[in-house]
Amino acid sequence: MRRAIAVLSLALVALVPWATAQAQAPREVVIGILYPLSGPVAQVGIDSINAVKMAVDIINNGGSTLNLPVGKTAGLPGLGGAKIRLVIVDHQGKPDVGQAEAERLITQEKVHALYGAYFSSVTATASQVAERYGVPYLNAESSSPGLTERGFKWFFRTSPHDGHFSVAMFDFMKDLEKRRGVKIKTLGIMHEDTLFGVDSAKVQEDLAKKYGYEVSVKMAYRAKTTSLDAEVGKLKAANPDVFLPTSYTSDAFLFVKAAKNLDYNPKLLIAQNAGWTDPTFLTEMGKDAEGHITRAPFALDMADKKPMIKPINELFKKMKDNPGGRDISDVPARAFTGFIVLADAINRAKSVNPEEIRKALVATNMPPEQLIMPWNGVKFDEKGQNTGVRAILQQVQHGKYATIYPFELAAADVVYPLAPWKDRK
Amino acid sequence: MTAEVLLQGIVSGLLMGFVYALIAAGLSLIFGLMEIVNFAHGEFLMLAMFSTYWAWALWRLDPVVSLPLTAAALFLLGFATYHGLIRWVLGAPMLAQIFATFGLAIFLRSAAQAIWGVDFHLVKDPLVQGRISLGGLFIGLPQLVASVGALLAFVFLNWFISRTETGLALQATAQDRQAASLMGIDTERMFALGWGIGAACVGVAGALLTIFFYVFPDVGASFALVAYVTVALGGFGNVPGTLVAGVLVGLIEVLGALFVAPALKYVAVFVLYLLVVLWRPQGLFGRF
Repeated sequence: MRRAIAVLSLALVALVPWATAQAQAPREVVIGILYPLSGPVAQVGIDSINAVKMAVDIINNGGSTLNLPVGKTAGLPGLGGAKIRLVIVDHQGKPDVGQAEAERLITQEKVHALYGAYFSSVTATASQVAERYGVPYLNAESSSPGLTERGFKWFFRTSPHDGHFSVAMFDFMKDLEKRRGVKIKTLGIMHEDTLFGVDSAKVQEDLAKKYGYEVSVKMAYRAKTTSLDAEVGKLKAANPDVFLPTSYTSDAFLFVKAAKNLDYNPKLLIAQNAGWTDPTFLTEMGKDAEGHITRAPFALDMADKKPMIKPINELFKKMKDNPGGRDISDVPARAFTGFIVLADAINRAKSVNPEEIRKALVATNMPPEQLIMPWNGVKFDEKGQNTGVRAILQQVQHGKYATIYPFELAAADVVYPLAPWKDRK
Repeated sequence: MTAEVLLQGIVSGLLMGFVYALIAAGLSLIFGLMEIVNFAHGEFLMLAMFSTYWAWALWRLDPVVSLPLTAAALFLLGFATYHGLIRWVLGAPMLAQIFATFGLAIFLRSAAQAIWGVDFHLVKDPLVQGRISLGGLFIGLPQLVASVGALLAFVFLNWFISRTETGLALQATAQDRQAASLMGIDTERMFALGWGIGAACVGVAGALLTIFFYVFPDVGASFALVAYVTVALGGFGNVPGTLVAGVLVGLIEVLGALFVAPALKYVAVFVLYLLVVLWRPQGLFGRF
């Protein structure tokens, strides 16, 4: 008898938590959001929060006609229409603040998942906390390749990392050769001498070997220098077919000026973002930048090929904290996409149990039609990296960035080769 | 390495060298006068560049046209800096003097960031543009005008210091403050004048640079580093010496980039500097 009671009470104890969990089918899903909301890049954080809030509005209000996996009915249907609630924190761009806030979100705010944090360094520390507590962490925009090389079980990244961007450049060169019947043989790599430039050049050199191109000149230059004349002179002497610069804004300006002055003109110039996508680059360089190509993660002119971009951009422009009605740009576009992926996984998990959410994330397979990004879809590998990612290339044409690659998303044809300096209009 | 690349490099280095020299001249003048290193020198250059840029952006005044205005504005800035800050730390320990100008540098740079933002600016379509090509050799007209302008300003400065009464008074003050004062020279006025002229030199250099260089709150830092080396190389306080040193730095920088590696070009400059100070601690043309 005593034994029977013991068994019975054990069974009861085992059943109770399950029973309560069943009884309190979650009325809301709480997600912790980490972004920089103060300091020099605050605007990026504010824009990203807007994009996330827009996704939450679509999901919680329901009735959306967009081709998204969630948002048709109010709330998450998998959890009986549970609404999503955000807990937003400012990590100020500091890894230690990000770490402390992640800890607080998990233990005090009892969030079901963590999301953010733009800065690779902060994403690294915050996701470490999530890993320790066993809480799913989705990152939509940090580009340091190392983040998905840590063997984490709870970390997922929808965004491309720096390695993917360089692959796009080399795919483009190969495709261009096939399409136009041109021959590209030699590459010139010039990069600034800090971490960003050194990493970029290393990846490019490895890829050149893999794709069968000869690197005829590879040179590190001193960042923020006062003159690039000698460097451009060296490039001119080596005269590679394609020139691949990795520079921040100041040196990008200096390079273009020096190249024009010394009449250096490669057949193609493909830049690693940064200086070449600084908002002031086009306005200040004017016709001197005509024909230059840079990699980018997102572009509004893909809207013809991706119809969902337009309505989402309209929604974004109407968001409350977007006073100028600015267009959705790269980072908020990635933030929106990443958040939809997370919400879809929670919906499919039909539970806020972390392990169930994790399993649903692992099983994610989102087709390209449901994305505003130029990707082949969203599908995570065993490291948590989205394997469907793809970068796009844009060329400066008539004073604007035009998407030229991948060819099926292109808004304009590639101009090849670069026009001589005297013919730039 | 072809002869063409080398020749092109030497021409570029020479042209830049004159501009370096003019920037350094202002620094050297102030040091020679009162043995204070102006750590805000790069920021003075930045302000000169911004003033040139805004003259262009607001009133469409070309850098060459607004050059006298910029020089005058910087003269006033130097004058005001002396009266507002330097005068109060003259008798203070050297460390206090360093912190005073260093603090000024940080203040000016942050103020520029706060007021004008962190966007890069360029003067578009300046009066002077294009280039001359001689065979395979290219000389940018903006660079040419900048270096000739810098050289002229330098010659004028040298004439002023060594041939005019005020200039001689400046030199006298530099040599012996008390003796100068006993001879009836108002040393206080000379100090303020020295700061004014020193700042006006960067004013001219900044205006000339803006023809072809970007304008940004941080832009002074790169030039200031070169200027300190130039001053030390030429001999502290020796204004003509800075001309030779400036050209030398410009050339070594280019040769370092061509023969060693672009990332190490300043290493070449600093090695030369180290060798010179080991051999002649007073600099190439300095006297103790």
